[in-house]
Amino acid sequence: MTDTEVLLQQVITGLSNGMIIALIAIGYTMVYGIIELINFAHGDLFMLGSFLALTLLGALGLEAVEGVGTWATIGLLLVTSAGFCGTLNVVIDRFAYRPLRKSPKLSLLVAAIGCSFILVNIGLFWGGIPMDVFSMGRAAAAPKNFPNLLGHDNLLGDSAILLTRGDLLVVVVTVPLMIGLTMLVRLTRLGKAMRAVAQNPSAAALMGIDVNRVISSTFFIGGALGGFASVVYALYNNTISFQMGYRSGMDAFTAAVLGGIGSLPGAVLGGLLIGLMRAMSDQYIAAHWTNTIVFSVLILILIFRPSGLLGFKLREKV
Amino acid sequence: MKKSTIVASPLAFLLVGSLAIPAVGGDLVGTLKIVSSLPRTGSANAQTTSIVNGIRMAIDEVNGMVDGYTIAYEDWDDASPQRGNWDPAVEGENAKKAARDDEIIGYIGTFNSGAAKIAMPILNKAGLVMISPANTYPGLTKPGLGEANEPRVYRPSGTINYFRIVPTDDLQGAVAADWAKELGATRVFVLHDRELYGKGIADVFVHHSKEIGTEIVGAEGIDTKASNYRSLCTKIRATNPQLVFFGGTTQTNAGQIVKDLRGAGITVPFMVPDGCFENAFIEAAGADNVNGSAYITFGGLPAEEMTGRGAEFVKAYVVKYGIKPEAYSAYGYECCKVLLEAIRRAPVKDRAGILKAVSETKDFDGALGVWSFDANGDTSNRTLSGQTVKDGKFAFVKVLGRSDAPAVSPAATDAAK
Repeated sequence: MTDTEVLLQQVITGLSNGMIIALIAIGYTMVYGIIELINFAHGDLFMLGSFLALTLLGALGLEAVEGVGTWATIGLLLVTSAGFCGTLNVVIDRFAYRPLRKSPKLSLLVAAIGCSFILVNIGLFWGGIPMDVFSMGRAAAAPKNFPNLLGHDNLLGDSAILLTRGDLLVVVVTVPLMIGLTMLVRLTRLGKAMRAVAQNPSAAALMGIDVNRVISSTFFIGGALGGFASVVYALYNNTISFQMGYRSGMDAFTAAVLGGIGSLPGAVLGGLLIGLMRAMSDQYIAAHWTNTIVFSVLILILIFRPSGLLGFKLREKV
Repeated sequence: MKKSTIVASPLAFLLVGSLAIPAVGGDLVGTLKIVSSLPRTGSANAQTTSIVNGIRMAIDEVNGMVDGYTIAYEDWDDASPQRGNWDPAVEGENAKKAARDDEIIGYIGTFNSGAAKIAMPILNKAGLVMISPANTYPGLTKPGLGEANEPRVYRPSGTINYFRIVPTDDLQGAVAADWAKELGATRVFVLHDRELYGKGIADVFVHHSKEIGTEIVGAEGIDTKASNYRSLCTKIRATNPQLVFFGGTTQTNAGQIVKDLRGAGITVPFMVPDGCFENAFIEAAGADNVNGSAYITFGGLPAEEMTGRGAEFVKAYVVKYGIKPEAYSAYGYECCKVLLEAIRRAPVKDRAGILKAVSETKDFDGALGVWSFDANGDTSNRTLSGQTVKDGKFAFVKVLGRSDAPAVSPAATDAAK
């Protein structure tokens, strides 16, 4: 591999990883934007999405599909996991967060951490289900192998640079979702209502907006994006584990803060930057410095731009 | 004030000790308790279940009685769900609990060398014998192979209470380097998980490789929680190695590394130490990615290759549990056998008596062959083995013995500097 090829390869890897992070980060940033809650359960919700996908694969016997069937299967997994995570997120909001809406923000945060623990333990239990895909539940906590439906073929033929169907899948799923979401927030009635609630819930309610319904919708959309991300993640990395939500959630949360929490384009930019920084640091510095570098950059950016790259300073609410 | 408390505590200890002797001595039938502290929550569970089964078999063989004493056994967990792996806080708690309970006369554990570092000084002060079925970090027992203060720091009381029945990483890392060369690799990329065990073995591997003329084209410590290692694998691909060595375990993401190596089109052999010698590794890596291309070293012999008492153990295990034992099962069994034999030999069945009896274990004829403990508490056994993976199962390749292994390995000279 020449130096240029190495660089290009790292850009591809960095962008693919970054887009997955961005997709999860949107879930954090949307919920924060609307109720100022850092929803720590989001990463673990994402984890459950991938467990559902693996269970479906096993239950329907779709581990070894080929050709057109592969893409149909992936489509099915995406839709099911997105629906599941979206619904679950709405349920969590209804029963854990809504009763605390008027409480201090700290109570809400503690509730979110509690939900995170509950979801992690559901994941641990789920991995112990005696199914073939969970190696008969012999080791509930062990990382699970997610079938490699996409193969390792290089779409660029004999080139030294690898571009796999996995990379392609990330782009094909992520980019339209982000465009769609931006249009939803900018152009639709629901989007307008969401922006209104984010700015001032009481005023929005006075204008006849059903605030709880808008918040539920936000949770559904954020959760669904986490569900999409979980399937893309599982197909890209081919390993899932009940603990993966913590790490992926941390990366995504960092991305959301880096880009300016509350800002949708900010979450995307933050995700891509973190993905690229990780790849470049692994290649040109050393793998064991990568975390240090990512967080040092985060701190530096927050020193000079306290509200993140694309964040804006919120006016104090009265 | 401070001085008086220091004097008081050993006095108190002596007092408790002298009161305990009449209580358990004589013909009174008492209970002696053995505990094991192993990571039972997390992916090491399959391996540790097998160890615990081995311990139970050893106790069942004597019908739970030695010299009129009832042998009680408790299976403790040193892992926490948050870490999914051994947890320093839990291991410390276990050791303190064992130290306080006078009925406990033997501590089997730990599984991870890092956990042993925490338990050792606590149990040493309590004079409680500790036997590990799986710790391989050299510094725990061997002077000059670890940090400058090792192993002194684990023996605050000055006596040795820690023993292990597996050959250590200074042997394993070196035989792995020899084996890699034998497989035809002259350019090797080394990865490690930055933990005591993984980095320790990788360091020895690198050192010995250089001695035998193998070129190390790169060495990296990985982030064990990363979702993938694709960028690292690109870096590895650019250096064009003939073998990749990973010092680490299934729990520190060995499976994901293999997947990403194969995904990046790197099909060269992948060599790992005994921390990956468990079925969970093949499951996590995906059998297709390791069949015929993964090489696993192990500080002992796999179940199928055991002879004599070892083979008898494996046969009895299969009859009792219906599955083949994992690699460390026989070691759990052997630990408990050594302890039971020491209890039988000890004239006074208290902690000190049993500790002394364990340290005098000589030419022990057990599942692992005939062996003795040396002055450091290490086994005289130096048989290691090499495995590969065939059709999704481990397959024995050869014995990697190093009877010529130097008493003080090359790493010692580094530490001396």
